[in-house]
Amino acid sequence: MDTAITNILLVGVGGQGILLASEILSEAFMLAGFDVKKSEIHGMSQRGGSVVSHVRFGKEVFSPVVPEGQGDILFGFELLETYRYLSLLKPGATVVANDYKIAPPSVLLGQAVYPQALPEKIKATFPDFLLVDGQGLALRAGDVRAANTVMLGAVSKRLQIADAVWQQALEKMVPKKALEINLKAFAMGREL
Amino acid sequence: MKEILSGNEAFARGAYEAGCLVASAYPGTPSTEILENVINYKEINASWAPNEKVALEVAIGASFGGARALACMKHVGVNVAADPLFTASYTGVKGGLVLVAADDPEMHSSQDEQDSRNYARFAKVPMLEPADSQECLAFTRLAFELSEQFDTPVMLRSCTRISHGKSLVELGERVSGLPAPKLVKDAPKLVMLPGNARVRHPMVEERTVKLSEYGDSAAINRMELHSSEIGVICAGVTYQYVREALPDASVLKLGMVWPLPAKLIQEFASKVAQLFVVEELDPFIEDQVKAMGIACQGKELTTLCGELSPGRIQAAFDKAGIIKVAASEAIAIEPVPPRPPNMCPGCPHRGVFYQLNRANAYVTGDIGCYTLGFMPPLNAMDTCVCMGASISMASGMVRALPPEEQKRVVAVIGDSTFLHTGINSLMEMAWNKAPATVIILDNRITAMTGRQENPASGFTLSGDETSMVNIPELCRVLGIKHVRVVDPYDLDATRLAIEEEMNRPEPSVIITNRPCCLIKGADRFEKGKVLEVDQGKCTGCKACLRIGCPAIEWKPNPDGNKGKAFIDPQLCTGCTVCQQLCKFNAIGGRK
Repeated sequence: MDTAITNILLVGVGGQGILLASEILSEAFMLAGFDVKKSEIHGMSQRGGSVVSHVRFGKEVFSPVVPEGQGDILFGFELLETYRYLSLLKPGATVVANDYKIAPPSVLLGQAVYPQALPEKIKATFPDFLLVDGQGLALRAGDVRAANTVMLGAVSKRLQIADAVWQQALEKMVPKKALEINLKAFAMGREL
Repeated sequence: MKEILSGNEAFARGAYEAGCLVASAYPGTPSTEILENVINYKEINASWAPNEKVALEVAIGASFGGARALACMKHVGVNVAADPLFTASYTGVKGGLVLVAADDPEMHSSQDEQDSRNYARFAKVPMLEPADSQECLAFTRLAFELSEQFDTPVMLRSCTRISHGKSLVELGERVSGLPAPKLVKDAPKLVMLPGNARVRHPMVEERTVKLSEYGDSAAINRMELHSSEIGVICAGVTYQYVREALPDASVLKLGMVWPLPAKLIQEFASKVAQLFVVEELDPFIEDQVKAMGIACQGKELTTLCGELSPGRIQAAFDKAGIIKVAASEAIAIEPVPPRPPNMCPGCPHRGVFYQLNRANAYVTGDIGCYTLGFMPPLNAMDTCVCMGASISMASGMVRALPPEEQKRVVAVIGDSTFLHTGINSLMEMAWNKAPATVIILDNRITAMTGRQENPASGFTLSGDETSMVNIPELCRVLGIKHVRVVDPYDLDATRLAIEEEMNRPEPSVIITNRPCCLIKGADRFEKGKVLEVDQGKCTGCKACLRIGCPAIEWKPNPDGNKGKAFIDPQLCTGCTVCQQLCKFNAIGGRK
């Protein structure tokens, strides 16, 4: 993959910890010796809105934003948001999604229903689809807040980066007191 | 050793390495994190200012005192700071003076997408535009050097993708040996009265010529020669898009976007058969290249509105028949409910907007989290133009209206925005006896940009305790006779205050007193008892849904009977606003 660039999109709802997850990914790619660029929007979108973070790595990366229809991996923290951004992917891309739902405002108000059978719909377009019980596994690792790390573990298996690099990135980015649980959560995700 | 830094972190690092001693800013997306990172460097005296004009003047003062100084703001902030900017162009500097202006093409978090490059030309100051985090650092260092070398403020232009994008950066050391700050009397240069300013203006014009010549050979303006068929002039993040979209094209990458290097552009144009300018927003470079008598295409291909991207550039060049792009397979998805941003669960603004809606108020709004009050189901904001405009617009609106309509006009503004530019507006309203009502939503923080301290929060940027503006007293000394403070979690008291003040044919101010529910710490936000809906008592009347709280969800009944409301215990902060709306006592403390 000399000149090839890998394009990763992290999507979910503002407040879910997407920025931290994309920081850990970027850190790992840098430690593995790649050029890395990352882009996202702060500010207004953080108030419970839909959030997309772009992470790109390879030998030399120009644009910080993943070109439309060029996404290789979609890393979804919430089901509806995972489905919403499928159009950013190239055919045959990988989708790893947390089996977790947050109702958008129109659903909360009873004016719309949360779309049904999203995993089936995603799988029909992207056969390389992994649905993860992020919250359940994180609880088993010791803290439900480590759900994103379970997801990172699941995504990590699809990237050619050594265990030691992931460990180093987590040690740098995760607060010390939460490190043990997060390492455990990561390992559980990596086994999926 | 490389680090991965955002553009904003790299601007801060660049200021540190350049020996900057004073930095000032008002928060504004996407520029906010620059100053928040500057405080990591103890050598720099960094502080928030109440607005961008003050921030730039703090930096100008430090520069005149001999220090290297930095001011940062978002694009619309430069409008506020334009007054000192234009005259600082005439005075020039003592210590290096750098202004970072962060644009927001696509308006991810802004009310307009003005192109700050026009300010550089208008104020006749040079502007550098970095294309990644490494350049944010390097160009900041260079900007301080150029500022002193050419005796001018220097602008750095960023944008959302540069400020909030991250890329690898090689760090350097802080420069040493800069002259120590001291007072120097220099009236012909620093006192801009007509006689002195008339002497300075020709020097400014001469400076621009010299800067353009500097640009002809400066390393930050470079040609990357590939194909002799297509040549593209570009700068900033657009350079990255062009390299990706048109890998075979020759590129003239401009690091300095004002003034332009005329000779270098001539030379580049002579090396390619077809010349293009690719730039976001205005045809700023294109117009000047055309004025040089050089044929080129620019906005014939790309849009004046919003961001570019590699895909958008390819599509534009494909459409014009210049390149051929293979059609890609579009992935179709079914329409799904949108997810716009919303006020947080427990936000103290929610009850106020609920009552404004019920009171049939016509709300002149302002810039902050509370601008979200315009959205359904609250639907309680009718205008939003710029920082501080809510009060002055209400003051003007009542003058135009018949008495029965005057009553309906209510200005809504946050504490930070009030202190930014709302004070003058309130002074005007009191002075000219405009009978409008003003609500100051005092949540004791600058919330929308990520909870920055302000002059009424009691803390500085570095977290030191400091003086605290007393907002009710301030309103009184401005001449408002009717000032009252209300608890926005008390819906009846809030309704009563709004009704009484709307009916009062005099200027009046209501101030809410609950802190933002995202600020932690003593004397700030305290979570109440988490609430739940008693499913036996809930009649499904939906009254609690009218406040649009993200913690309350409507669950339809699968049998087709009436559904019921549920409260998410993870999200509920126990503010009790929904409880007060329930006529059936179905909402109570979680057991």
